[in-house]
Amino acid sequence: MPRIGVFVCWCGLNIAGTVDVERVAEAARAIPGVVHAETYKYFCSEPGQNLIKQAIQEKRLSGVVVAACSPSMHESTFREAARMAGLNPYLVQIANIREQCSWVHTDREEATVKASAIVAAMVAKVRRDEPLEPLKFPVHRKALVIGGGIAGMQAATDIAEAGCPVILVEQGPNLGGRMAQLSETFPTLDCASCILTPRTAEVARHPLIEVLAYSEVREVTGYVGDFTVKIARKPAYVDWDKCIGCMLCQEKCPRKIPSDFERGLGSRKAIGVNFPQAVPNRPVIDREHCTYFEKGKCGVCAKICPVGAVDFEQTETVREEKVGAIVVATGFDVLPREAFGEYGYGKYPDVIDSLAFERLNSSSGPTDGVIRRPSDGKIPREVVFIQCVGSRDPDKGKPYCSKICCMYTAKHAMLYRHKVPDGQAYIFYMDVRAGGKGYEEFVQRAVEADGALYLRGRVARVYPEDGRLLVKGVDTLSGQAVEIAADLVVLATAAVPREEARGLAQILKVGTDEHGFFSEAHPKLRPVETMTRGIFLAGSVQAPRDISESVAQASGAAAKVLALFSRDELAADPLVAAVDESRCSGCLACQPICPYHAIEPKALKDRQVASVNAGLCQGCGACAAACRSGAMKLKGFTDEQILAEVGTLCL
Amino acid sequence: MRINRDTLRTDLIAKLQEISGETVALCYQCGKCSAGCPLEREMGILPHRVIRLLQLGQVEEALAANAIWLCAACHTCAARCPRGVDLSRTMEALRVILLRRGVPRAALGPPPPGAPQQTIVSFLRKYSS
Ligand SMILES: Cc1cc2nc3c(=O)[nH]c(=O)nc-3n(C[C@H](O)[C@H](O)[C@H](O)COP(=O)(O)OP(=O)(O)OC[C@H]3O[C@@H](n4cnc5c(N)ncnc54)[C@H](O)[C@@H]3O)c2cc1C
Ligand code: SF4
Ligand code: SF4
Ligand code: SF4
Repeated sequence: MPRIGVFVCWCGLNIAGTVDVERVAEAARAIPGVVHAETYKYFCSEPGQNLIKQAIQEKRLSGVVVAACSPSMHESTFREAARMAGLNPYLVQIANIREQCSWVHTDREEATVKASAIVAAMVAKVRRDEPLEPLKFPVHRKALVIGGGIAGMQAATDIAEAGCPVILVEQGPNLGGRMAQLSETFPTLDCASCILTPRTAEVARHPLIEVLAYSEVREVTGYVGDFTVKIARKPAYVDWDKCIGCMLCQEKCPRKIPSDFERGLGSRKAIGVNFPQAVPNRPVIDREHCTYFEKGKCGVCAKICPVGAVDFEQTETVREEKVGAIVVATGFDVLPREAFGEYGYGKYPDVIDSLAFERLNSSSGPTDGVIRRPSDGKIPREVVFIQCVGSRDPDKGKPYCSKICCMYTAKHAMLYRHKVPDGQAYIFYMDVRAGGKGYEEFVQRAVEADGALYLRGRVARVYPEDGRLLVKGVDTLSGQAVEIAADLVVLATAAVPREEARGLAQILKVGTDEHGFFSEAHPKLRPVETMTRGIFLAGSVQAPRDISESVAQASGAAAKVLALFSRDELAADPLVAAVDESRCSGCLACQPICPYHAIEPKALKDRQVASVNAGLCQGCGACAAACRSGAMKLKGFTDEQILAEVGTLCL
Repeated sequence: MRINRDTLRTDLIAKLQEISGETVALCYQCGKCSAGCPLEREMGILPHRVIRLLQLGQVEEALAANAIWLCAACHTCAARCPRGVDLSRTMEALRVILLRRGVPRAALGPPPPGAPQQTIVSFLRKYSS
């Protein structure tokens, strides 16, 4: 005979305000098999948990139903309490009478009846529960970090410093990410390369970090503690092992092409590096623009190379690695120029985006750090900055705030004034969002010390007039339309996910939000984890972030990885699917249905059956629903349990 | 309105800031001064808007505002301003500029009913030569 205890939580007034908890407990006492029922203000509290433990021991309970909040909130709390009292934790069920009852109803009578019904259903379920033991897996103490921006480098360094090897995969030819393009950085105005270059060198030198630049992750299988990844090395057409980094090839290459790194403001050669301090300091050939690949002639680089490193025949190579955890740090992008016709971006050369302004301002940039306008190289005397371009624009752009642009625009206005003391910076803004340590003070400095004029309003149009750009905006503070004849217009374009992000998310089987940024497991409490165990997030791959936030999150992700690696074995929920081999017909209808590829055929002596890889199975139950012979069962959610629940609810 | 470096950085604004000792750029347009101004109902152009005009280089518009004459010089705005701007000194500087130009004082009626006593004192001061 089962001995079930029911614990009805008030959740302060969250539940008790709408549901008559005493009546729910009373109704529970009348259910056959229930030997104990009580209520308490907060069962999740220490004294509340003690009441449950005490009842388990004193009443020798064989099952527990806690009628409280959602299981995603406190199921593990109550299971742990049961375990400590000597009851198998999987003999605890949560009846969700908060989110699914008190919060969504107002009528006390009806809500009480519904809460009692939910409790009765869970009693029916817990009666059919079986004790389960957590699954154990071995851990490969090696991490994969995808993305070599500041976030990826930070995560890799932290993990390696703790003594665990790291593979750092970067799709571009060099480390650094967006930060490599920046000139000076808010809120301290230290030069980006001065803080970045030592970091890239440190990462490249670290004995426990293997940097795989110009590489991509193609396939990920397995599960936490035991992932298998396929990493493709794209052909650089240069043998990087032979190459000594002399860059004679870059010097002599006759082909000049616009450089993406310089945002089109400067040029690069068909062979070479993005910038002189690039790490690794190894060139790649841009196949699309290389004369040899176009016409089969040239090969100047191959002739000049003192060590014969140029190899036009190089092909992609793929290697396989086993890792225990993955950190995704693939960063962000900015909206493409086509998006803003009214600002003439892409049409007028002197309308540029903020990244291009970073390059203009960078001492290693196309103008050696002298701010010149692209059309004629003149020093601009009137510069208009437009914020929120494509951000906070649910109609035509993105509904969210890109977060970093208020700050970098204030920075741009400052840097501009430092270089052009008689110039004037105008900033069209909607709100100035400067929530960070020293950030508000930084913005005020741009106004006070560097004379930036903030104009509250969006710009409607930019068009050429007498060799300048006429900017038509408004100052809503004084209620006047404003016109400025500008020499240069700089657009703070929205930060957006990288185009390839969705593909990578599919490979990793982790979720993205409606915009394409990677989704965290919980926005407040689990901000660096994904819903897939063992895969973590760092930096602007998750949402627009500045450097300090990216670094902080990367260290957080590294700490999570190291926590995983600190154990010999990983324990996982045993609520996974299992096959009753005696009933399985071997039809494998379940196999294509499983979204986690957890089902494989298995040969018995005379026939084949399905078998579930418990490490991969996430317990979604799709296979159990698909199985025609009723052989596939989801532990903790068997057909009998679900039917008993439904039966109770419908009676 | 068309603005540029020259309209923003005029000698007149420099002069104004010199007389008042106040930097107009400091104001971030929170409006607390106007919210606390005892003559806010009569001002027409509210005190924080007067400062905004100066930030935009529109000194003549500010000089033409009745507000600068109505200002009771009570310094409530200065006491409240989170940015440490003493707006009443700017108001005074604007009056001084007009007086130096020989422009007659604006023809104001008696102080509005309900205005603080200090208004009467300041009206006496402003209207006695
Ligand atoms: C104009 C501008 C100015 C800024 N100024 C400042 C400033 O002054 N101060 C400040 O704090 N912040 C500033 N920022 C923000 C700063 O750029 C970001 O905070 C920072 O770059 C985020 O780092 P990250 O590592 O998350 O991403 P990223 O810098 O984007 O790096 C991501 C890396 O991952 C690589 N990658 C992408 N996809 C893959 C893949 N599938 N496989 C392998 N590798 C991949 C990329 O090539 C890149 O190297 C500015 C941003 C902009 C746009
Ligand atoms: S010339 Fe040869 S060795 Fe020198 S950078 Fe180019 S590929 Fe490397
Ligand atoms: S950070 Fe500032 S400029 Fe950027 S979207 Fe947000 S409010 Fe607009
Ligand atoms: S209180 Fe100060 S900062 Fe606020 S609007 Fe008035 S003068 Fe400007």
